[in-house]
Amino acid sequence: MTKVLLEISGIHKRFGGLHALNDVALTINQGEIYGLIGPNGAGKTTLFNVLTGLYQPDEGKFTFNGKDLFCQKPYIVVGSGIARTFQNIRLFANMSALENVMVGRHVRTKASVFGAIFRPPQVKNEEAAIRARAMELLEYVGIPHHAEELACNLSYGDQRRLEIARALATDPQLLALDEPAAGMNPKETEDLKELMQKIRNDGVTILLIEHDVKLMMGLCDRIAVLDYGKKIAEGRPEEVKSNPRVIEAYLGVAPE
Amino acid sequence: MNLINSLPRKKGTLIAFCLLLLVLPWMISSGFQSGSSYLRALDMALLFIMLALGLNIVVGYAGLLDFGYIAFYAVGAYTYALLNSPHLQAMLPSWMMYPPFVVSIVICAIVACVFGIMLGAPTLKLRGDYLAIVTLGFGQIVRIFMTNLDRPINLTNGPQGINNILPPQFLGYNLGKPIEWFGLQFEPVHLFYYLILFFCALIIVVSIRLQNSRLGRAWVAIREDEIAANAMGINTRNVKLLAFAMGATFGGVSGALFASLQGFISPESFILMESIMVLSMVVLGGMGHIPGVILGAIIVSITPEVLRDVINPLQMAVVGRKVVDPETLRMLIFGAAMIIVMLVRPEGLWPSKRRRAELRPATKGIALQEKDDLQDAERNHD
Repeated sequence: MTKVLLEISGIHKRFGGLHALNDVALTINQGEIYGLIGPNGAGKTTLFNVLTGLYQPDEGKFTFNGKDLFCQKPYIVVGSGIARTFQNIRLFANMSALENVMVGRHVRTKASVFGAIFRPPQVKNEEAAIRARAMELLEYVGIPHHAEELACNLSYGDQRRLEIARALATDPQLLALDEPAAGMNPKETEDLKELMQKIRNDGVTILLIEHDVKLMMGLCDRIAVLDYGKKIAEGRPEEVKSNPRVIEAYLGVAPE
Repeated sequence: MNLINSLPRKKGTLIAFCLLLLVLPWMISSGFQSGSSYLRALDMALLFIMLALGLNIVVGYAGLLDFGYIAFYAVGAYTYALLNSPHLQAMLPSWMMYPPFVVSIVICAIVACVFGIMLGAPTLKLRGDYLAIVTLGFGQIVRIFMTNLDRPINLTNGPQGINNILPPQFLGYNLGKPIEWFGLQFEPVHLFYYLILFFCALIIVVSIRLQNSRLGRAWVAIREDEIAANAMGINTRNVKLLAFAMGATFGGVSGALFASLQGFISPESFILMESIMVLSMVVLGGMGHIPGVILGAIIVSITPEVLRDVINPLQMAVVGRKVVDPETLRMLIFGAAMIIVMLVRPEGLWPSKRRRAELRPATKGIALQEKDDLQDAERNHD
């Protein structure tokens, strides 16, 4: 029996007159790779921002792992186990790769101001554990040799990897990736696919936005399609591919 | 980080440096004619180091531009003065008056911290220029309050300021009078030097530790990209408030020491110019880099004092008579020097690796890129 990890229903988000999300509902099961596709401007990233707490939805329901996360602050969402990456990479450009990942540990560590100033043994241990875990994650995504380099000096593909490592540092149950393969060559895309499968096999559920249809078909367990802020289809990749509404949304209606 | 790692290796250097700091006042007071005024300048430099390190947390780490920082210095100074002078004796219950020195300092730190949060809370959503304007206003408000709170109840004694502030009493010693130890005569100005040096060292250690903690990283993360920091689960509201609070606390301690050193304070000492001086120490030295900020504080606070002595002989030697009022010329030279430094080294005199990387290769990279583009364009043209 698969366990439902994330469930949203009736989500609406308006920006002035623009109805960016209109009655969107979806459920993500534990351990799957769930894809989200749609034409440009369909509301994919808006939905992402709602799911990660950066936008507050106007109405709807949002539960994660049995916890109500409707209109919660991002740090609570992250604390509950949802981590994300960004479409246009948002690393801390002038921090080293290692420090970037160490920032990701913030939400799982506790040292207060006084802890930081007086450095009792538990704070020292915590600090050492942060460093060790960050190094481990850099190895996990395959860029340990860049640990001391500034994030802005990494190659594009490595920056993507670093962003994933930083998100993984928050110990997420759901990892939300916003177009991780954008701008990558086929080789890099293939490596990224392997990395995502590895992450899934290690027990992290993945929510993925991507334009690369071939990648999505080969990788996702289920796919939802958004168009004009509405979910128009959901299901296994092959079902979605042959769905007439999806074809219409992408290609337009065939003339009579 | 580097400082800590290299400590064991450079232990000898460090000990030598500490010894130098300990004997420095003696060298200065015996080496120069106007020794004690230099020693006072040195005391002030140490106070400014504390201020600059406090502002460094707000501006250098968290990237929150603060033009009213001197307000916290003022709050610390006034709190100390009110507790340790006869001014409010009639109003305050006697158990509140003349607390032990350490208690005074702690109270000043806490009061300044509260003011820091008062400034931080309403400005959480502001950044850059907008924040700068609000903080500018805050600095002015605090100063104007201090000038005008002599009515309806005389709280701050208005523009006249508060005098007769008691010098610190410490383990039975009164730091306001010369003390004899081991046959050496310690003048108050020496004693204050050691006292301020101690607090300065304390603040440097606290700064380093905060920088290398998860909170220090969170500050830098907010400066680098607030949205990403948010998405990484950093409670940006609390962490920013903490930056304001810590910065203000450092300022408050420094202000309290200033009041105890001077024995007299007035709103004059807390004008906008002082805020700008502290900010220029941070920027000139190297934002976000502790050794750089210390260097900046020393240079910006000492140079005008040195120029004061040098400027007149220099004028006489070059032109043969007094052409410009020495006070004007002094600030003119100082200002010009700062402009030149910022043009030549925009990243500061002693920047962190991070900041150097931010400002140097980037510009070079763009320049190279433009050159390449130009060459491409020429080639295409042919």
